[in-house]
Amino acid sequence: MATNPLFVPNVVNVRDLTKAFDKRTILNHLDLDIQAGEFVALLGRSGSGKSTLLRVLGALDGDVSGYIQVPERRAIVFQEPRLLPWQNILRNITIGLPQNDQSRQLGKNALAEVGLAKHTQAWPRTLSGGEAQRAALARALVRDPQLLLLDEPFGALDALTRIRMHALLRELHQQHNPAVLLVTHDVDEAIFLADRILVLTDGKISFNEKINIAGTRERSNQHFATLRTKLLNELGVEHV
Amino acid sequence: MNASQLSASFTHAQIGKNKTESIIAPDNDLVKLVNPTHGRKVNQSVTGLPRSIQRLLGPVLLLCLWQLLSYLNVFDPRTTPSPTTVVLTAFDLIQSGELQNHLLASLQRVLKGLALGLTIGLTGAIIAGLSRLGENMVDSNMEILRAVPNFALLPVLIAWFGIGEEPKVILISLGVLVAIYINTYSAIRNVDASLIEAAYTFGVKKRELITTVILPGALPGFLIGLRLALTSAWLALIFAETINAPVGLGRMMSDAREYFRIDIIFVLLAVYASLGLLSLSFVRFLEARLLTWRRVFDGN
Repeated sequence: MATNPLFVPNVVNVRDLTKAFDKRTILNHLDLDIQAGEFVALLGRSGSGKSTLLRVLGALDGDVSGYIQVPERRAIVFQEPRLLPWQNILRNITIGLPQNDQSRQLGKNALAEVGLAKHTQAWPRTLSGGEAQRAALARALVRDPQLLLLDEPFGALDALTRIRMHALLRELHQQHNPAVLLVTHDVDEAIFLADRILVLTDGKISFNEKINIAGTRERSNQHFATLRTKLLNELGVEHV
Repeated sequence: MNASQLSASFTHAQIGKNKTESIIAPDNDLVKLVNPTHGRKVNQSVTGLPRSIQRLLGPVLLLCLWQLLSYLNVFDPRTTPSPTTVVLTAFDLIQSGELQNHLLASLQRVLKGLALGLTIGLTGAIIAGLSRLGENMVDSNMEILRAVPNFALLPVLIAWFGIGEEPKVILISLGVLVAIYINTYSAIRNVDASLIEAAYTFGVKKRELITTVILPGALPGFLIGLRLALTSAWLALIFAETINAPVGLGRMMSDAREYFRIDIIFVLLAVYASLGLLSLSFVRFLEARLLTWRRVFDGN
């Protein structure tokens, strides 16, 4: 299958996915493919079902109909860090892994990669919001995921920290190259980070476009501005 | 004058200077300027004594007042001996070895009762806390046991176990197990569900979930239970030792009552108080050691 070097396999295959809750349809006959190593941003208004889709792919939400395939090796970063307050950072990172020197070394490496090498023994309560979220990223990375699911991971961070986290995430994606599904409500964040942007409207994907922006992805870039307006229109926000 | 004193007086001078400046600076009727650092020192003890000693201030003052009033003959010494009389009596009782004898017997009963109660309470809480089936089997029984006043079970315990050591230990263990069970069970059930969900997504299996997520998360609740359990153990001891106890603090108490030795009764009250306080500081010590990850309000 992988004989052709140009052939990139899909790591996510979703066909006809439907999820209903109390007669309300949240995901409506949805199709989605994500290639290995691809960075996909999923935008949508609140209540559009974008977090539900992520939870279904992360095996946190069963009770759906349709065909879904995801890699066995996957990891989630939630909006809150969800670190265990009673375990130190390193133990939090290596949770679920065999407790041996190899895992601890992997954990230390991952913490060093997100700039927390000095905090391996710290209690989670002593970290700032940005540091805690970086620890959550390290906890995901240490599993070497083929699919990384990010559920508004920077939503609770301040603007400056968020900018630093964007740069870090791009770097980490280039290093490890997992497929990423980033759920966000931040249009700029999506354009800045993703290879492809999806918009979810009424349980269906209403917008699906690869980003082709020549030059750096900055707000001053004309392509950036055009795409931004287009996406905001798609999300029902006019003239911003 | 050492360095820290020097720097302290220096800061003081600074503050004083700021103060005069604030008076000189725009002094109009609309803006009243104050020094925001004034009079607020965080985490600095006034006397330099440890907190545990500082906390003795209230009881020591009370004892002094009591001694003063006894000295002024406000109290009848036949009903209220002075603190010095109580201390002298205690000294006699210790010298004859009588107090240690009884104390040791009582201590053994309490420790046995605690061990039994802790084992049953903790096992029950874990079984009920970790599964629905366990909850169905254990929780209602514990609720019923909790609803029955323990001391009302005394006649039944005597009927089943006679008047030896067993009913005494079991009576003590009943209060312990209920306190441990109720608090640990509810603590297990109150562990943040989002943490458990996250743990599952990171491939945590049942065993690790219990040992690294659920049980450490329930530890604060367990320690509250332990605190209540120790209080209830000493209370139950007094009742338990009314059942034909040849030796023990309760025996000493009933003897003293019989012979109108009010001073001995006061000694015993002091012993009960010390035991209670010691148990509480033991739990505090455990909390300080085991819950270092928590940041809680400490009254400062």
